[in-house]
Amino acid sequence: MASKRRGLPEINAGSMADIAFLLLIFFLVTTTMDVDSGISRKLPPMPEENIETPEIHKRNIFVVLINKNNKVLAGIGSPTNNIELDGNGIISESLKEDVKAFVSNNGTKDNSSESPEKAVVSLQNQEGTSYSMYIQVQNELTKAYNELRNEKANNDYGRDFDKLDLDEQKIIKKYYPMKVSEAETKAN
Amino acid sequence: MSKFKKGGGKSIPAISTASLPDIVFMLLFFFMVTTVMRETTLKIEVKPPEATEVKKMEKKSLVSYIYIGSPTQSQQATFGTKARIQLNDVTFSRKEVDEIQNFINAERLSKDEDEIPYMTTSIKADENVTMGIVTDVKTELRKVNALKINYSTKKSKESN
Repeated sequence: MASKRRGLPEINAGSMADIAFLLLIFFLVTTTMDVDSGISRKLPPMPEENIETPEIHKRNIFVVLINKNNKVLAGIGSPTNNIELDGNGIISESLKEDVKAFVSNNGTKDNSSESPEKAVVSLQNQEGTSYSMYIQVQNELTKAYNELRNEKANNDYGRDFDKLDLDEQKIIKKYYPMKVSEAETKAN
Repeated sequence: MSKFKKGGGKSIPAISTASLPDIVFMLLFFFMVTTVMRETTLKIEVKPPEATEVKKMEKKSLVSYIYIGSPTQSQQATFGTKARIQLNDVTFSRKEVDEIQNFINAERLSKDEDEIPYMTTSIKADENVTMGIVTDVKTELRKVNALKINYSTKKSKESN
């Protein structure tokens, strides 16, 4: 008996679980699982001087104007139609439908775009426009294009746009290029 | 045989907890690996707006963040309530917006040269800021040719 006790006694590992739990709880609390998500856009490069901006025919421009009172006006050539907001400040579906009709016009109507490739959406905002309204409009524009691309994908390939492979997506993106131009903010 | 003990087997033996540390360690390692520590403490309040057509951002290491919002309560004594821009740990007023150029250049220096074209700037703006300051930021980004941007938004629940 006595000779057996000579060797080092085994360290009690019973509290290891407690220590591990402590660390576990620390990491549980500090972990942020949020994935960054958002609406991606590409800014136009700074205009070089003495370069004339190409003229775009009025029928190929869909103007969306958000003014300082967060009123949304839209129309082909010039912002003429008032886009209504509901009680919670959510813009109505009509903006999206208008954009879709405009982009997919393909020259059928004289006062609408000639082809999806030529169609440009011009988004204008003013100094006092609220960011949330701006994002809402950007969202609607993205939605319009996403739906058009999805329709085309279903027509051509019989699958949703997300399910296509990269080359097929490229073809459809080329057919419906998203051209959103943002003019400089107008003063006042 | 011992499988059919007489009498003594009445009470249930204690469940062995020897494997509990293993399980806990497993969980611990999972969380240790997935944890991303916040690099910056926000000095401004940012509550991003909601949108439905959002995309996940890839390659987080190539993303630089620009925060826009009004100062938090503790900062309001020094900076007032006007919307400010935060780059790393420092906030700037709207007049100092050209600091963004230095910020983007510094971000570029810290990356490999061949990665620079894939760098994205994420604009994390509060839903209550006005477009004026956002447009200023965008103009500065255009000046330094950082054209890939992402408006940070939350995904709203309505699937419609």
